[in-house]
Amino acid sequence: MSIIKRLVNFFTVIFGVLLLTFLLIHLVPGDPVDVMLGESANMADREALRADLGLNQPLVKQFGNYLVKLMHGDLGQSIHTQTPIIDLIQTRYPATLKLALLSLFIGILVGVPLGIFAALKAGQWQDFIVTIISVRLSAMPAFWLGPVLMLIFAVWLGWLPVSGMDSGTSIILPAVTLGFGLSAILTRMTRTSLLEVLNDDYIRTARAKGLSEQTVILRHALRAALLPIITIVGLQMGSLLAGTVITETIFSWDGVGRLLVESIEKRDYPVTQACVLIVALSYVLVNLATDVLYRLADPRVRHA
Amino acid sequence: MKLFSYLILALWLVAVLIGNLLQLNPNAIDLEVILQAPTAQHWFGADDLGRDILARVLSGVEVSFLVALIVTGVTMTIGVFVGLLAGFYGGRVDAILMQITDIFLAFPGILLAIAFGAVLGPGLGNLIMALCLTGWVSYARLTRGQTLSLRHRQHVQAAESLGAGVPRLLFRHILPLLASILVVEATYSLASVMIAEASLSFLGLGIQAPDASWGAMLRDAVRYMLIAPHYVLIVGGCLMSLILAINLGGDYLRDALDVRKPD
Repeated sequence: MSIIKRLVNFFTVIFGVLLLTFLLIHLVPGDPVDVMLGESANMADREALRADLGLNQPLVKQFGNYLVKLMHGDLGQSIHTQTPIIDLIQTRYPATLKLALLSLFIGILVGVPLGIFAALKAGQWQDFIVTIISVRLSAMPAFWLGPVLMLIFAVWLGWLPVSGMDSGTSIILPAVTLGFGLSAILTRMTRTSLLEVLNDDYIRTARAKGLSEQTVILRHALRAALLPIITIVGLQMGSLLAGTVITETIFSWDGVGRLLVESIEKRDYPVTQACVLIVALSYVLVNLATDVLYRLADPRVRHA
Repeated sequence: MKLFSYLILALWLVAVLIGNLLQLNPNAIDLEVILQAPTAQHWFGADDLGRDILARVLSGVEVSFLVALIVTGVTMTIGVFVGLLAGFYGGRVDAILMQITDIFLAFPGILLAIAFGAVLGPGLGNLIMALCLTGWVSYARLTRGQTLSLRHRQHVQAAESLGAGVPRLLFRHILPLLASILVVEATYSLASVMIAEASLSFLGLGIQAPDASWGAMLRDAVRYMLIAPHYVLIVGGCLMSLILAINLGGDYLRDALDVRKPD
């Protein structure tokens, strides 16, 4: 796909994401104002909220207003706390980003070396064990892995704080929980793509030149195998962002994911809407960035 | 490993059957045994209201299976239909349909299902709806890719030149060739729907109390984790064993049917 086509697609997707999140509030069964304020709210409050949300206007106009407000950085107001949602996001987003980045780091730190190890031992029992763990245990959902890690390292061993974000080490357990799945996927990818290159001619040449095995693997093979790994990291950033919803809830980590869950419990739909939008937009941007990096890094893709 | 996976699946089926035969009551409250660790009487221990965890796990697994089967059935039907149309007609139809799937894919993981679940409100029906609304996309992508290439196979072109109509081409000449890849995909999706169901229930968006569901039980279990660690370990362990067994079953189906999943 050419860059231009890719950009057109990008903007259509952004538009679609905006439209879909805008429509969310209209999926609320019955009258959203009733659901948000409760049956007992007085008439004036209802009308005020209805006007505030713009629900008394035609749908197309509502969407237009939504877009215009967004461009001014206005995500609406929280019904619960009456504060601008953009402020809530601004305080919560850095925490989520920090968590996601550290998990990414953990995922790479564990996944890539383990993948190299499995590739070098291909067909032997070490490879078998690593593969079983990385293929199947990667399906371990955060709402189980999280509590188990918490029990072991916080409750029984007492090494790390149980939850919250008061101490510097608080981030470790949620980050490991979140990074676990990614490290499994990276192990698999590194193993596969390394195995593919290891049989190439230039690897044999490198060995024939008398280079040490370490140089052959790390400088020659891994370098070529790195491209698919970069792509996977980019794509997985999305699962990391979505994964924060549950992980943050378990560990009481005050990020966007927890904000989303809190807003669902309080039926604060504008906040729900904003959180979903922010996470989805982050994902789309990361994907675009990955795509661009990939093109820059690999001339074969650039000229395809 | 194959044996292991069948064994776990068989074990769960037997457990559910026995559970039904014994007419266990998953909602019976016994305040004497609140949060008790496993005993001879309550094999899996008791929960925060003194209910038997084993009985609730067994009633939860039925719900889990029910949701997984319905959601997989519905999403596969919709997704395959969309994918067949997009792959067969190509051109503008394809461009529009794939643009729509792109938009759905722009929401990472189960975020969109959580969003739909949040606005639709709690409850089993809404949970299923939320998962169906978002789950069809992967089937559409998969089917479309396969249809694109199958469409130009000789037997399809031969049938077309003999005057076969579009429905006949799609359902008699293309769909059967997709069957094995779809069966494998559906097996994996049973497992992922179960996880998604548990995630949504964990967030309070699924089945409502007092009915049992694994996600909701985990939510309670995490709350009492410090005083009753058996609760979270047992329920989570049950979920993991089932997911693992289904996924391993999927692996064997994939190898047996010789399906190479396109990346």
